[in-house]
Amino acid sequence: MPERITPDEVAHVARLARLALTGEELARFTADLAAVLDHAAELAALDLDGVAPTSHPLTLRNVTRPDEPRPGLARDDVLAGAPDHEAGRFRVPRILGEDG
Amino acid sequence: MTDAGYTTGRDLPGAAALAAAVRRGERTARDVVEEHLARIAGADPVLRAFLCVTADAARARADAIDDLVGRGLDPGPLAGVPVALKDNLCTRAVPTTCASRILEGWRPPYDATVVERLLLAGAVPIGKTNLDEFAMGSSTENSAFGPTRNPHDPDRVPGGSSGGSAAAVAAGLVPVALGSDTGGSVRQPAALCGVVGVKPTYGRVSRYGLVAFASSLDQVGPITRTVDDAATVLEAIWGHDPRDATSVPSPPERLGEERESAPGVVRVPPEVSGLRVGVIEELTSMEGVAASVRAAVEAAASALEEAGAKVEHAAVPHARHALSAYYLIAPAEASSNLARYDGVRYGLRIDAPTTEEMTAVTRAAGFGPEVKRRIMLGTYALSAGYYDAYYRRAQRVRTLLIRDFAAAYERFDVLLAPTSPTVAFPLGSRTADILAMYGSDRCTIPSNLAGHPAVSVPWGRGEDDLPVGVQVLAPALGEAVMFRVARAVEEAGPPAPEPPAQGRREVGR
Repeated sequence: MPERITPDEVAHVARLARLALTGEELARFTADLAAVLDHAAELAALDLDGVAPTSHPLTLRNVTRPDEPRPGLARDDVLAGAPDHEAGRFRVPRILGEDG
Repeated sequence: MTDAGYTTGRDLPGAAALAAAVRRGERTARDVVEEHLARIAGADPVLRAFLCVTADAARARADAIDDLVGRGLDPGPLAGVPVALKDNLCTRAVPTTCASRILEGWRPPYDATVVERLLLAGAVPIGKTNLDEFAMGSSTENSAFGPTRNPHDPDRVPGGSSGGSAAAVAAGLVPVALGSDTGGSVRQPAALCGVVGVKPTYGRVSRYGLVAFASSLDQVGPITRTVDDAATVLEAIWGHDPRDATSVPSPPERLGEERESAPGVVRVPPEVSGLRVGVIEELTSMEGVAASVRAAVEAAASALEEAGAKVEHAAVPHARHALSAYYLIAPAEASSNLARYDGVRYGLRIDAPTTEEMTAVTRAAGFGPEVKRRIMLGTYALSAGYYDAYYRRAQRVRTLLIRDFAAAYERFDVLLAPTSPTVAFPLGSRTADILAMYGSDRCTIPSNLAGHPAVSVPWGRGEDDLPVGVQVLAPALGEAVMFRVARAVEEAGPPAPEPPAQGRREVGR
């Protein structure tokens, strides 16, 4: 198992997860993640050589259905739940850099 | 009856009796709904099982059911039966919050498949129940809207994450509720509240419209006061759904018999003669399992033996590693699923100059601590450099656990284990210790990792007179044999204790 998780790594993970955490939260989650990962370290003792990973309980094959047109959700119903919309589209703040 | 006019759950007619009376025209669905609304009004200020009660819609629907009966038509096996829905099941135009600030006020544009099927069976949705935020928790204390209380002792948790559904059924506020079970979230609260809770085989029940937590583990299941009612509800909601690509295509078998006079209402025979029953040693003798819980599993095993089953100890060696594997796999899947709460398409938005900043501050404001913790854990377990050491290793342990079960089911038809290691714990007693809280699910998680069905059945009372649940596990698609054993356990066991009435008298205590 890897080394103990550091506050810098937790800050990096928070950026990856798009969570603007406070300093207090970062400290708390560093301790919490370390506790869970320490517990998970028991798995390192198992002999897993040659054991294939299971990602899903069913043996999934391609699932298809007849390719027939049918109505989707009404656009206005969907937009009604959005924080902001305009002209039939979701409206968001700037997505490019400073000069975008 | 109390002087406030409320009875508690155990004396009340269940779904089968209510539907029979409505179908025969002996009672109106409207009357049934009014009675349950009154009970909710009396007890829910204390219990807080509901996040939203849809009284007007329930009345209108009940009137429509009565109209069908009046015209000589059959509304279905759940005719006029009030049902509560865990608030992570999408309900068209009715708020669906997942007990999270990030979805507060959102009204889905469609019904979950299970909701559609309940409606087709004649049921009357009466409200949405409280849960741990996004179903992440074992006590309902992680709800952004405050905890639900256990009807047996309001200072105790009802379990979780489907704590609102289990408390509502136990207190007699509804005869039927739906929950979702990712690591035990139907079975553990059912055990702690003294009711029946079923996690079906993965893929048996459509997940379309169930807000995703961990997609390879999530499954919707019924919570009821009797095994027969659970079977009737499960038969109403299960079956293939083209809108869920992981839905099992094979048509389900029947769970019991039905009378000609009550089509769709299931009566499960408590027949276990000749069945091979294994008691999972690793879970029953695990450190931390309360004496009363271990005794209940052993007593249930003896009762099944007396009823003609062959009972032995079973080995599922990797069950003891399931908790560690689960707390890598489930958060990993959650971190991916919850990426959709980006402040763009639904729910909360906190304004910021760019979309990326808006998303980060929205998620920071909208998610509670446990959800953030799991997103962080899952993102870490999936991140470059740690994927093999954590996520992939956990997936390999999942394989070993599935192999253990396969070997056990060569020798046994069903397995027995505790549902929860302990009886209901006091509010606040595990919130500061995440590993203690996560440990609440140690006995239920293995079935989710394997995708197998399992059911919790009440077995009398344990420490402090609180309910105890015994868990019956079966191989994939083995619901029929699982229900027969559950029915035999129910028949043989001491009943769950009766919760005291939570009436108006106690409000504001």
